[in-house]
Amino acid sequence: MPDLKFGDAAPDSEECSAIDALVAAPTLDRRGERWVIGGRTREQEARHLLLPGLHALQDAMGWISPGGLSYLAERLQVPIADAYGVATFYDLFHFDPPGSEQPVHHVCVDPVCAIGNSGSYIAELRAKGALVHESPCLGQCERPPAVFIQAKNGASSDLSDIAQSPAAVAADGPLRLLKRIRHMEGSDLQTYKRHGGYTALQAAIETGGAKIIEVLKESGLTGRGGAAFPTGIKWESVAKQEALPKFVVANADESEPGTFKDRMILENDPFSLIEAMTIAGISTGCEKGWVYIRGEYTTAAQRMDRAINEASASNLLGAGILGSTFNFDIEIRRGAGAYICGEETSLFNSVEGYRGEPRSKPPYPTEQGLFGQPTIVNNPETFLNVLEIVNYGVDHYRSAGTPESPGTKLFCLSGDVLHPGLYEAEFGITLRRLLARAGGVTGDLKAILLGGAAGSFVDSRQLDMPLTFEDTREEGLSLGSGAVMVFSTGVDIATVLTRLAKFFREESCGQCVPCRVGTVRQHEVLTQISNRKPTTREDVLLTEIGSVMTDASICGLGQTAASAVQSAIQLGLLR
Amino acid sequence: MTRDTKTDVTFSLNDLTVTVPEGTTILEAAREAGVEIPTLCWASNLTPVNACRLCVVELQGSRTLVPACSRECEPNAVIHTDSERVALSRKMVLEFLDTTNDLTESPDLQNLIDRYGADSSRYSKPKRMDEDVKIEDDLFIRAYDRCVLCYKCVEACGDDAQFTFAISMAGRGSDMRVSTEFETPLPDSACVYCGNCVGVCPTNALQFKAEFDLRQSEDWDPQRQTSTDTICSYCGVGCTLEVHTQDNEIFKVTSPSDHSVTSGHLCVKGRFGWQYVQPPTRRSPTNH
Repeated sequence: MPDLKFGDAAPDSEECSAIDALVAAPTLDRRGERWVIGGRTREQEARHLLLPGLHALQDAMGWISPGGLSYLAERLQVPIADAYGVATFYDLFHFDPPGSEQPVHHVCVDPVCAIGNSGSYIAELRAKGALVHESPCLGQCERPPAVFIQAKNGASSDLSDIAQSPAAVAADGPLRLLKRIRHMEGSDLQTYKRHGGYTALQAAIETGGAKIIEVLKESGLTGRGGAAFPTGIKWESVAKQEALPKFVVANADESEPGTFKDRMILENDPFSLIEAMTIAGISTGCEKGWVYIRGEYTTAAQRMDRAINEASASNLLGAGILGSTFNFDIEIRRGAGAYICGEETSLFNSVEGYRGEPRSKPPYPTEQGLFGQPTIVNNPETFLNVLEIVNYGVDHYRSAGTPESPGTKLFCLSGDVLHPGLYEAEFGITLRRLLARAGGVTGDLKAILLGGAAGSFVDSRQLDMPLTFEDTREEGLSLGSGAVMVFSTGVDIATVLTRLAKFFREESCGQCVPCRVGTVRQHEVLTQISNRKPTTREDVLLTEIGSVMTDASICGLGQTAASAVQSAIQLGLLR
Repeated sequence: MTRDTKTDVTFSLNDLTVTVPEGTTILEAAREAGVEIPTLCWASNLTPVNACRLCVVELQGSRTLVPACSRECEPNAVIHTDSERVALSRKMVLEFLDTTNDLTESPDLQNLIDRYGADSSRYSKPKRMDEDVKIEDDLFIRAYDRCVLCYKCVEACGDDAQFTFAISMAGRGSDMRVSTEFETPLPDSACVYCGNCVGVCPTNALQFKAEFDLRQSEDWDPQRQTSTDTICSYCGVGCTLEVHTQDNEIFKVTSPSDHSVTSGHLCVKGRFGWQYVQPPTRRSPTNH
């Protein structure tokens, strides 16, 4: 008899076929009295299919029913309470029958889209009888108000194709990372090769992994996800690990409010990411890569999937890549609406089929990452830099930027600027010049939120600060993901702050007390203060709430949840 | 087997020089050295989850505080367990819990609240856990407004003890709850009523129905209570039981968490199968 008890609710035939299409064959030998494979071994074989399975149920039925979940859990031999715990972690899964065939409109209500009239857009949709869900930032800040339409049977859409405007991609100086993006509409392999694609992989195969890592270290490339860890050192550390298998992960769970660069890369230049991940694989002894794409990025996921298939068909992925002895494959995992899954260890848990709660570090991912194995995790922008370095060499790479922050950086400009969009600029560009490049501020500048919700506010006094890791660090700021959200004097900063606080309250995973409760208390105090100067008592309370979140939370979410609020108070933006 | 290969680690703990075997956690080292560090989600018979953050300490060179319960001692580390930063964090964690949960049946936490000067009155209308008590059987109740989400029950139900997996954390953030699938009542879930979740609960959110009834009847009186050690009479394993009684009526059965056989965990018979030792005086003859 089975050693796990599943629910009694019966699945629907549509639910069964959705799951059967995903889980190829029964994972169990039903002949024996007890299952032959037990415990952890059994779990590892199938559990990572839990998140795709939940997507399959949601997509087929418009919700996750007790019968469907029970069937999925039994097929994967995951305890059903566990499966429920995982499913309820994500915003995109629903647990009540939708009651209609209508799609759900997820409309962004975060600060930039609020400026972009998401409020009246929501009212308009509701007046038409549409199902509307107020969503956190959807990563389409260059064209507010952003919407993601969640529908059944693969019809979900982020409308990315329709709204894509070429004016939204520009540079200050020569384009490096973004040079292919304008040409890659349609994103096929031939076009990619015509624009210099796959020369870096060829070079990497010829020179070997040790040389690639050496070059990366000399280049001074640091991670673009926000933490700015030296990429060469990360790769070297994984290359040295003897445990097998090892993994390469591209973290494209971009959810930081005001950030949309990874979406643009995946949608318009997916082969770059594939090529760079393959280089990472052959340089460090990893044969498997994963791209974790945020659930709301449907266009990006489709194009990435198509590109992976095309690369596999052309011997650019799979066994014996380009006639070499190297093997490398890439699998896509789609998130399902959880900001926290962009935290690297949460991402591992999410891929493995657990709740996306961060793990304690140490151990670090380079030692024990995905499935407990040595893992490289990088942001798509970081991977794109690798191609530049391998193709054109260290000297060329370092000819842009500053000695401590070499190369170029992608900045996501949104809010009150004339031309919101994705801008590539050398490290060292000032905020003033960056704003000018985007057509200038519409209205009078009040404040800029640098680095997204987890970043800090700056005002006109800091416009001449060079945007480099070292200069921002000196000012106690962070470039973070490269988000630059611009607010003019017409914007009520108190409303912005309250919304940012609500964002953290809703996106906290809940694992640790400082963040689970601290984000709620911070939001409560800000709501109470509304648009006035905080009293001394409120100020002390906010400072102490911020202090415990920063000092004692498990991960970066809680540790930065007070950053924007504290900086706004220090700048005197509340009055 | 690994003992021979382990080396010692020497570091500074509150300005004392301490040497412990490699792999020792800061909490273990501190307790060995007589330094007290408060804990909530930690238990000797469960894997540390470091979720409550009460045990955070200051590690020189670390940007954030580190959890003593799961962080291993490192050579030459400089650790302070009671600095101002540490005290502030602990005070705030206690305020957060006190403003969220009913801690009236958690004397240990009440003592810490006093010690760290946590003041819940400075929060106006904080969101609290507000749930009805779940009574689904005669064995134990679940009062989730006392639940501090420490993961202990989930761990005990899962692969730290019982391997039943009847409950999990569900939802996210401040909506997170311990739950069965779709909040199925326990009798219909995978629960086997071992009561190991009750055994590890630090806030009495999970408690024996007999204890709950006593407290509800306002007849609860620790002065009239005793604990008697005995051996479970059901099978040959010989689990040690601690039978808790008030006026000679059993209201709870536990096992010591440092017991070599049980590690504090029991089965449904040892935990709840004690009705036969006391006459069913409270049952009317018609109610069979």
